[in-house]
Amino acid sequence: MCLAMPAQIVEITGRRAQVTLLGNVRQADLSLLEGAEVGDWVLVHAGFAIERLSQEDARQTLELLAAIDDHAGTAV
Amino acid sequence: MGENRIILAHGGGGALTRELIEDTLVPLLGGSPAGLSDGAAVPGVEGLVFTTDSFVVKPLFFRGGDIGSLSVHGTINDLAVCGAEPLALSMALIIEEGLDLGLLKRVIESAAAAARACGVRIITGDTKVVARGEADQLFITTAGIGRRLIQPDPRNLHEGDRVLLSGSIAEHGVAVMSDREGIAFETPVRSDSASVWPLVRALIDGGIEVHAMRDPTRGGLAACCVELAEDSGVGIILEEAAIPIRPEVRVACEALGLDPLTTANEGKFVAFVPDRDAVGAVEILRRIPGGRAAAIVGTVTRRRSVAVSLKTRWGAERVVDMPYGEDLPRIC
Amino acid sequence: MIARPIRIMEVCGTHTHAIGRSGLRSLMPPNIELVSGPGCPVCVTSQSDIERILILARRPGLTLCTFGDMVRVPGLTSSLERERSAGADIRVVYSAMEALELAGREDGREVVFLAVGFETTSPGVASLILQADHQGVANLSFFISHKLIVPAMEAVLQGGSRIDGFLAPGHVSVIIGPEAYEGLAIRYSVPCVVTGFEPADVLEAIVMLLDCIVEGRPGSFVQYARAVKPGGNRRAWEMLTRVFDITDAEWRGLGVIPRSGLTLKPAFTRFDAAERYPLPEMPSVQPPGCRCGDVLRGLIHPPECPLFRQECTPRNPVGPCMVSSEGSCAARYTYG
Repeated sequence: MCLAMPAQIVEITGRRAQVTLLGNVRQADLSLLEGAEVGDWVLVHAGFAIERLSQEDARQTLELLAAIDDHAGTAV
Repeated sequence: MGENRIILAHGGGGALTRELIEDTLVPLLGGSPAGLSDGAAVPGVEGLVFTTDSFVVKPLFFRGGDIGSLSVHGTINDLAVCGAEPLALSMALIIEEGLDLGLLKRVIESAAAAARACGVRIITGDTKVVARGEADQLFITTAGIGRRLIQPDPRNLHEGDRVLLSGSIAEHGVAVMSDREGIAFETPVRSDSASVWPLVRALIDGGIEVHAMRDPTRGGLAACCVELAEDSGVGIILEEAAIPIRPEVRVACEALGLDPLTTANEGKFVAFVPDRDAVGAVEILRRIPGGRAAAIVGTVTRRRSVAVSLKTRWGAERVVDMPYGEDLPRIC
Repeated sequence: MIARPIRIMEVCGTHTHAIGRSGLRSLMPPNIELVSGPGCPVCVTSQSDIERILILARRPGLTLCTFGDMVRVPGLTSSLERERSAGADIRVVYSAMEALELAGREDGREVVFLAVGFETTSPGVASLILQADHQGVANLSFFISHKLIVPAMEAVLQGGSRIDGFLAPGHVSVIIGPEAYEGLAIRYSVPCVVTGFEPADVLEAIVMLLDCIVEGRPGSFVQYARAVKPGGNRRAWEMLTRVFDITDAEWRGLGVIPRSGLTLKPAFTRFDAAERYPLPEMPSVQPPGCRCGDVLRGLIHPPECPLFRQECTPRNPVGPCMVSSEGSCAARYTYG
């Protein structure tokens, strides 16, 4: 249970944010976090940001994603 | 629980669609199932292939395409995977009262441009208008006629054949789903709507022995492989690591709760060729626009208890079932 | 080197999935058994709740918003999917936010959001209810079926299932914090490791857990440090407790577990669909032969249920363990 994905905040309007991951942009509600800012990485579940991730944590997750694609060896 | 009504999943291109066709429609129509998928030979006329398809995509315009060009590509691709050179199309429109005329023109312009680019003419058609509320904006049905150059057959898979995929998967499904009302999900992923005829033609011209072909539309690569494996009485093992998928598509599928294997493609095809032809076939495809990401993604085996399985990156083997027929986004 | 049999339970459907698709089970030495527990919110929704949801769905003028997983869950004679085909207005959403937006756009309709999920999901729903309250939204309500995971873990241990260690849920722990498992771990001498969702995470967590088991170190530990912080997300938890009270709840297969579910506080009664609409008490009737309950408790593996792969398949699920792709039975069917 609990599909949650990391994404980076690109814009904030009130309690809503536009967050992005690999070009995919979605909305997330920030009301469960304090002090989240543009540029921050957050973990998003069912439309709500539930935790902030450090740059390092986000980088690790992106690396895991990239490793999968290197392995697939697809130059598209 | 038995079904006494049509449910959405009946139109999903998965198990329920197949059942509806085989258990209800075909017996009533008195024909054979092989004739109701992809294209059929025209009785009494040598070398002609005939096919039809309906398009009910929503929204009408999506990243990378629209219902007009889609309706042209879709039917051309059905002919192409039958090994037939597309010759001509018909186009029938069912239009909801109130549809903006400018929008209709854009759709038709797009269809015309697609047909021109594919070198195929739309030679006949029909137009109907129904009252507001009785059809969702616009439905299009196209039928196509082609000249058969080779004769691939879904029952012709041989043990040892390799499975070729012409390019990366799941793009059309993601592009269309992301525009659904209320999702507020923007993605750079564009539909791959395109004709695969140039790619198929190249294989034919290259002398590749093609045993079977199909376009993995509704139901995705999974439905395609399960149907062919069952028709031929063989097994198929797919290699997850070999299946081309763009990183942003993978992420979008995660976010939308889609399984890339069962997500629709509209510009790709799967071909089953003898092992000795496989590498050559991939090289041919990779030289052509639209085929740059072509890859060998699996192998045909003897029939096993499970028709189609997928070897995951970690070496586990997982069953690939006929998808139920409706993409149900997961949260959990 | 451990010789004795060890049973590790994961209580998160996403872990079930991750273990399945990566084939980790086949990499385990023969004495280490990975068992799936009650971590799938769809799977543990009571039969009684499912029947009441279907009654709601049939109400004219009502729009039911739900996460996708719930659509095919079979009730006694129907499902949301079948009700939709018979004319019910059922919309699949990714977030409770969409239900609020829908209520605003279609003010002639009564909108109900089906609130299912564990502690990862319920704070967001709480936040949304506060928003709806603040905005004075009159046509939106919630069918609350939220549950809490730790009481279920305790119920599994009390139910006679021998568990040597838990792989604790990753994202629930983002909210409740790793400390939430400490009491349980010490009382029952069962170490818990909060685990991430990549196969590499699960492997690392299993190693950590085995170390704890061998060294006799019960306690709660964190493998998924990238996302899980000490204390969890206090703000999220506060929002949850502002809107919800903790109550006894019925779990499919586990019966009633004390203080394991959420219910709306009196101040928010007008948002409670169960108060707003007449919903009869429905008994929970188990389909004959279905052993979802025993599977959820980790007492049997899916193949030991007589219906597994026979009457009960992902195509024709009898119980929720087979419907949701997170369910133990669906995962075992697909991944072997």
